[in-house]
Amino acid sequence: MIRMRIVKAKKLSKKKKILLQVFAVLLALVLTGIFILLMGHDPIKVYVSMLDGSFGSGHRIKETIVKTIPLVIAGLGIGIAFKMKFWNIGGEGQMLMGGFGATFIALNFKDSPKFLVIILMIIVGMICGGLWALFAGILKSRFNTNETIITLMLNYIALKWIVYLQYELWKDPASLGFPKIANFSDNATLPKIFGIHIGWVIALILVIVVHAFLNYTKKGYEISVLGESENTAKYSGMSVKKIILLTTFISGALVGLAGVIQASAVTNTLSTQLTSNVGNTAIIISWLSGLNSIWTLLVSVAFAVLIQGASYIQTAFQIPQAAADIIQAMILFCVLGCQFFLQYKVVIEISTKSESEVDVTKGGETYGH
Amino acid sequence: MEQCVSVELKKITKTFGSVIANEDVDLKVQSGEIHALLGENGAGKSTLMNMLSGIYNPDSGSIYIRGKRVQFKSPKESIECGIGMVHQHFKLVERFTAKENIIAGNKGKFFTKNKEVDQNILSLCEKYNLQIDLKKRVSEMSIAEKQMLEIIKVLYRGANILILDEPTAVLMPQEVGRLFNIVKRMKEQGCAVIIITHKLHEVMAICDKVSVLRKGKNIKTLNIADTNVNELTELMVGYKSDLKIDKVSSNKNTLIYDVKNISVRNKLGVQVLKNISFSMNEGEILGVAGVAGSGQKELCEALFGLQKVESGNLIFKGEDITNKSPREVYKKGIKMGLIPEDRLGMGLVGSMGIVDNLLLRKYYDQKGLFLKRNELTDIATSMVEQLEIKTPGIDHPVKQLSGGNIQKILLGREISLSPDILITSYAVRGLDIGATYQIYDLLNKEKEKGVSILFVGEDLDVLLELCDRIMVLCGGKLIGIVNTKDATKEQIGMMMAGHMEEAALDFKDNKIEKVTSVKGGGLYD
Amino acid sequence: MDISLFLSSAVIAGTPLLFATLGCILGEKVGNLNLGIEGMMLMGAIGGFILGYTTGNVFLALLFSMLLGAIGSLIYSILTVSLRASQVVTGLALTIFGSGFSSFIGKDYVGQVLSDNLKNILAPIKIPLISDIPVIGSALFNQSMFVYLGYICAILIYFYLNFTKYGLNMKMIGENPYAADAAGINVSLYKYINLLIGGALCGLGGSFLSLVYIPSWQENVTAGRGWIAVALVIFIGWSPVKAIFGAILFGGLDILGLRLQGTGIEVNQYFITMLPYATTIIVLVLGGLKKNNLNSSPQALGEAYFREDR
Repeated sequence: MIRMRIVKAKKLSKKKKILLQVFAVLLALVLTGIFILLMGHDPIKVYVSMLDGSFGSGHRIKETIVKTIPLVIAGLGIGIAFKMKFWNIGGEGQMLMGGFGATFIALNFKDSPKFLVIILMIIVGMICGGLWALFAGILKSRFNTNETIITLMLNYIALKWIVYLQYELWKDPASLGFPKIANFSDNATLPKIFGIHIGWVIALILVIVVHAFLNYTKKGYEISVLGESENTAKYSGMSVKKIILLTTFISGALVGLAGVIQASAVTNTLSTQLTSNVGNTAIIISWLSGLNSIWTLLVSVAFAVLIQGASYIQTAFQIPQAAADIIQAMILFCVLGCQFFLQYKVVIEISTKSESEVDVTKGGETYGH
Repeated sequence: MEQCVSVELKKITKTFGSVIANEDVDLKVQSGEIHALLGENGAGKSTLMNMLSGIYNPDSGSIYIRGKRVQFKSPKESIECGIGMVHQHFKLVERFTAKENIIAGNKGKFFTKNKEVDQNILSLCEKYNLQIDLKKRVSEMSIAEKQMLEIIKVLYRGANILILDEPTAVLMPQEVGRLFNIVKRMKEQGCAVIIITHKLHEVMAICDKVSVLRKGKNIKTLNIADTNVNELTELMVGYKSDLKIDKVSSNKNTLIYDVKNISVRNKLGVQVLKNISFSMNEGEILGVAGVAGSGQKELCEALFGLQKVESGNLIFKGEDITNKSPREVYKKGIKMGLIPEDRLGMGLVGSMGIVDNLLLRKYYDQKGLFLKRNELTDIATSMVEQLEIKTPGIDHPVKQLSGGNIQKILLGREISLSPDILITSYAVRGLDIGATYQIYDLLNKEKEKGVSILFVGEDLDVLLELCDRIMVLCGGKLIGIVNTKDATKEQIGMMMAGHMEEAALDFKDNKIEKVTSVKGGGLYD
Repeated sequence: MDISLFLSSAVIAGTPLLFATLGCILGEKVGNLNLGIEGMMLMGAIGGFILGYTTGNVFLALLFSMLLGAIGSLIYSILTVSLRASQVVTGLALTIFGSGFSSFIGKDYVGQVLSDNLKNILAPIKIPLISDIPVIGSALFNQSMFVYLGYICAILIYFYLNFTKYGLNMKMIGENPYAADAAGINVSLYKYINLLIGGALCGLGGSFLSLVYIPSWQENVTAGRGWIAVALVIFIGWSPVKAIFGAILFGGLDILGLRLQGTGIEVNQYFITMLPYATTIIVLVLGGLKKNNLNSSPQALGEAYFREDR
């Protein structure tokens, strides 16, 4: 008789934890590879092609970096909320509202100096994004409503708002009936350094600032404590309400900033296509990074490669963009599944006479002995 | 029923990760026998019985039920073998009625609303002299009623091997007698009964045999008739001890905290404290006795500033701090320490180490935006040394440490604040004897310094030994405060049930009489 | 505006919500919060459409949509029940997967038209007598059999939860899995079964959109309905029968914009499209204010169960 049991495992070393995550990603790539195979393509060719599409030329590398920037910034923003166990799923909406704020400035300050316009766009955009998330934060702190659904509903409302602006209120008469908001003039477009808009500088600075904030400041400490237990936060004397409000605002503001950057430097206008699903991807990135700022940067790069590569192979192999979604989901599934081994191990017992214990792990290593 | 060996455990071993919970345990229980499983907290009693009930699987060893070898894959098989366990923490659904709790999981009929089942349950209750209201929801039941429900539940499934895990821990003294009568009735019916307990006098009072567990091993199995309290104590702790708690005294005695007529309503609008008045003095340990849920939690939190007080006043050294938040109180220079009942869920951040947990109470004072952890590393290190805290490191997540170490960190931190008042709630619950007595020592040391201590506890013997005065709560009301040198367990028991008159009567006459009849109120009458 | 006609349209618009809500109720009652409803609905939508389009057989279409919804749920169940992964994140991953998967295999079916034969089978069928009740009669009882299937599912689930022992057992798991385990109930098995059935129901909800409501396949045809369903569950207090009425209410909100346009009432058509989502927010806030204990969420909702938890 063979029996399988689950028991709690001892804590794994950092090295083993990382190995486990890497294994999960590799597993995901293998599974997706099978999927690609079933579609009639050579997975290796496809993957190599994706890498080529991301790094194959100077232009492509720039594109990859440009795609990384909003992912990092939004990912950092979402991560701050997640640290407090506030499930901010409203990335899309907060980005759109950030873009809205920026567009308002861009369309109304056409003749002001560039320096002023850019600063104003950033500030107003961040406030708009911040407020959009704050709304959910207020509801949570006052009524304890489920923030997942609220932020999600706000996504849809924000989208409908942008539709309204694009199709009616801010519709550009010069676009001859086609629903579009006017392009930003030069004074509302972010400048470039090394051929890439300064968003990359902002992103790098934010990685360091957020890391310091969460791990070394008093406010960051409060967020961590509240994320673990509301009772403990109260016991310590913290004002739970204030922390929720501050954190959700900062979270939305950062995501909104990503929206500002996209509107100003990439799409150069405001439209329903502004986000390119960055708001949702940032959620995955943030979760996969374990809410660590440095990892957020690295995982964002990986996802940018994925997205850039996916758009490249769309033409080369006729594989639709939706495939990128499937790959993202597979990676998530595999990481989620492998997390099991962080906490538990499987014990196999064979027969009743002699019981031998075998730990089911990869590569024959045993966890925790 | 003929006599037979109902349960036999041979060389049972169980580990959790690196912790050995049970090692090579042998146990034999006959039908019609009441067998005590004695040991301190952490000795492995519950773990052992959880293997009998199918919740845990032994790593090695074998279990025999009525001579047949069995291997339980889940509680289901254990129940089918006639084993019924009444757990220390009741496994009931608050929202369900008594009937629903009894029939859930059973191999019964497809439809649940039939009357036949009701009849069966009631006739079972008659057989064992039990009472139950089938339509009552568990959330409305008293603790004794819930325990009754748990017992009926296992009997309904045909249990003839009963395991009771610390059954008297949650009962008032007068309810204990009734429970014992039920247990005796089961013995008469031929059931084998195993009682897990750490209370020696109960073991002597009702059991036929006792097995003493210590550090996961069965040290010895004895007939009750052949042993005594001293021998059992020595077997339980491993050395000669009378398990007495020192009582120290302090020469300071001024009134520090004056609690005047406070009433508290909880989030659901229910009044959980009604017009409570008492005072806390320097250099004194004031005990709080009462059945769980009598308002102890709300009292501690109200005193600390975490719970809003609906009416009444809290006066600390002459200053009115009613409804001031803990931070506001702290800013006034008033230092209070709170050891909450929920250690990891309220008092500590489980995923953080000792240093970051010290920050919990000290970060606010630090100047500037940034945390200063260096100052606290020294405090943490000395705390680990002085209190003998076993941890891999001062930054190791505290939730992975044992209960005793967690509590020592909690108490150590609060003490390091040099508080005027220490409010402790179930400070030694679940701790092994070593840690328990260390906590008593720490509390006594603070008392000598002049700190005023509130000690909410569930063990009346401990309260009587440790505290100077004991206040008794029942249903949110303060029944009375007694001096421990004159009080008896029975008195306090009656007060816990809300009967002040009889208790006062005994007290006035200064007779320490065993009370045999109690007016109404009890479920078992 | 003809009230009866409006109600009738509201019922149709609400049916996908009804199925999704019922599926969600089953999962939540057994303790699992599945935020992947959108994903399962989309999988069911494309599955049902593809089979309906290629075979013209309604029965096969519905069956296949249930199958795909259940497969989505199976992924979720393996991860959250057996592997004890985070329910929130797994659900979100499922939504992304369902969206990508359905868009992917559906790319050749966008905008395609179903056969007349199939459309006829799903056309409204009048139920004699009760459909003659004024106003609500024709609204509720002159509908596609797919709609009637929704009512039947709601009633069956009501009986399942309140009158059968399996319903009692699964509810116990959602309230206190430790108690259920100690009572001998197989926690994992019950979770799997209820989650799979729930997934199948969500799949049906999705295929209603692609087979009756639109009827055709478009990317992201669900437009957030899955999320509204999660909120709806809280609003109607986890009650299958109340779900019918809640779904009609939200269905009405969904079509309100379109209907008002013809009546001459001046209203910003863009803002009207925000109504269902804004109402969901209001509904959630109000739901949180109610302090009725019996209609609140299952106590152990969202927690993974591990027997040897110390």
